[in-house]
Amino acid sequence: MAEREQKRKQPQSREEAVADEAETAAASERGERLKAEIDDLLDEIDEVLEDNAEEFVRNYVQKGGQ
Amino acid sequence: MAIAKVCGIETEYGILVVSGDEVSPTTASSLLINSYVARLERKIGWDFEDESPQRDARGFARDSSTPPEVETHLVNAVLTNGARYYVDHAHPEYSTPECSNALELLCHDRAGEVILRRSLEAARRFLPPGEEILVHKNNSDGKGNSYGCHENYLLDRATPFSRIVQRVTPHLVTRQVYCGAGKVGQESGDKEHPAHFQISQRADFFEEEVGLETTLKRPIVNTRDEPHADPQKYRRLHVIVGDANLSEVATFLKVGTTALVLAMIEDDFHAGRDLSLASPVSSIRAVSRDPELGALLELSSGEHLTAVELQWELYGLARKYAEERGLECLGESSDVGAMVLELWEQVLQGLEVDPDSLANQLDWVAKRRIVEGYRDRHGLKWSDPRLAVLDLQYHDLRPAKSLFARLDMQRLVGIAEVETAVTEPPATTRAYFRGRCLSLFASSVVAANWDSVVFDIGEAPLRRVPMMEPLKGTARHVDTLFDGCESPAELLRRLGS
Repeated sequence: MAEREQKRKQPQSREEAVADEAETAAASERGERLKAEIDDLLDEIDEVLEDNAEEFVRNYVQKGGQ
Repeated sequence: MAIAKVCGIETEYGILVVSGDEVSPTTASSLLINSYVARLERKIGWDFEDESPQRDARGFARDSSTPPEVETHLVNAVLTNGARYYVDHAHPEYSTPECSNALELLCHDRAGEVILRRSLEAARRFLPPGEEILVHKNNSDGKGNSYGCHENYLLDRATPFSRIVQRVTPHLVTRQVYCGAGKVGQESGDKEHPAHFQISQRADFFEEEVGLETTLKRPIVNTRDEPHADPQKYRRLHVIVGDANLSEVATFLKVGTTALVLAMIEDDFHAGRDLSLASPVSSIRAVSRDPELGALLELSSGEHLTAVELQWELYGLARKYAEERGLECLGESSDVGAMVLELWEQVLQGLEVDPDSLANQLDWVAKRRIVEGYRDRHGLKWSDPRLAVLDLQYHDLRPAKSLFARLDMQRLVGIAEVETAVTEPPATTRAYFRGRCLSLFASSVVAANWDSVVFDIGEAPLRRVPMMEPLKGTARHVDTLFDGCESPAELLRRLGS
């Protein structure tokens, strides 16, 4: 808990800035990996997605419930 | 000591009739439920002690070549698993039987999905060609209309309600970080700069901190006082703030952590720390509109915490509570309590380090990944209807259309257990007695509700068996009563002796 708060509230030191850069690089790497992972899924989704999205969304009206 | 956290979930499903502009959602919901129930041996009506039956469902009089074979006026049924299946506010609603722990409840919540799916299949033969009923396990149509997924928890009547409100609110505001179902867009508040993606389906619809309403000006803590049990001993906390989840981890944690927080409230276990929020309503929306999880919430003490940090505080307290008091109230076998703590810690760590690492565990994370991935791939604006369709289709119960079903999400219960829960009641609550009465003596049960079963054994008057104790009527209590019992009259005699 205390560690988390420090990380958020204290001004960044040089080391932390370097660490952050490394984190950003790791994040974009992760982004690429995730993209690869969901590519197949997105292909599938393209096939099953409702044909006329605009009409489907327009017609999707529900009675308010609880 | 905190009492056993008997719990249940009521889900209002979204319903849509495709190419059926003459069909009202109430009629479609009735058809769905009656088609399912008609396949069962006999329909048992719900006993409306103090409720008003919905009688506006009309028959399916149309020029179609297949005349309706099911009655559409009967829109309330009690099932052999102890559940209630009915039409409420023009939605099909499934109320699970009372369960004694979060894992059992997860099974029964999933059994509800199976029942809705079978209802869709059963209703198909009554629909004219080209017409189809769609059911979504979601909470909003994206146009400002919301419908609920309510949880219920058994509490000791002696616990002061003000204490419940004060201490459960911070949990209900922040637990969405793991049990939100995700939503594209925003349905209330700032129209100029709407959130593109929210953690929760429901947060947009909460306007009060405490109150009795459920359909407008919805409160974070609902005050409905209808225990469906001995009112001198019990309270039933009706939690209306949650999203309907498809993720098993989310449903399990939603119920498990809330039951645990309520147990701590009952036992006045707080370690001297007040986590009250300065403004719960704006906080619940702020959390929902911040999938980056960095928003700071102001506490009444003046301190600021993120939603995840507040959850860490509750988790720390719960861990201490478990060590000092044990977790028997979360289920007879202490495994369920331990599992709640373990998963709770794991998702908080995941949320802190890399939310994407939870994409196979949490609904909102999984949905966000699909929506953002699709948006990037096709270079879409946030207002593109295809993104709204992705959101809806995540919740579609049709196996061929469901996006959730295409994901490799973590399962906590087996298919066989869920299948059992479709017909069998939980063994550890009074739902067992209700369910067994319906399995064995359906033709003599004229009605049932949460706290009684009414028999007609041919001699006037009708006989009502009260069940005011949610933890009596379990398999352990009544299996010997049912053993070798050949008629309802004999069952009543045995009960009387």
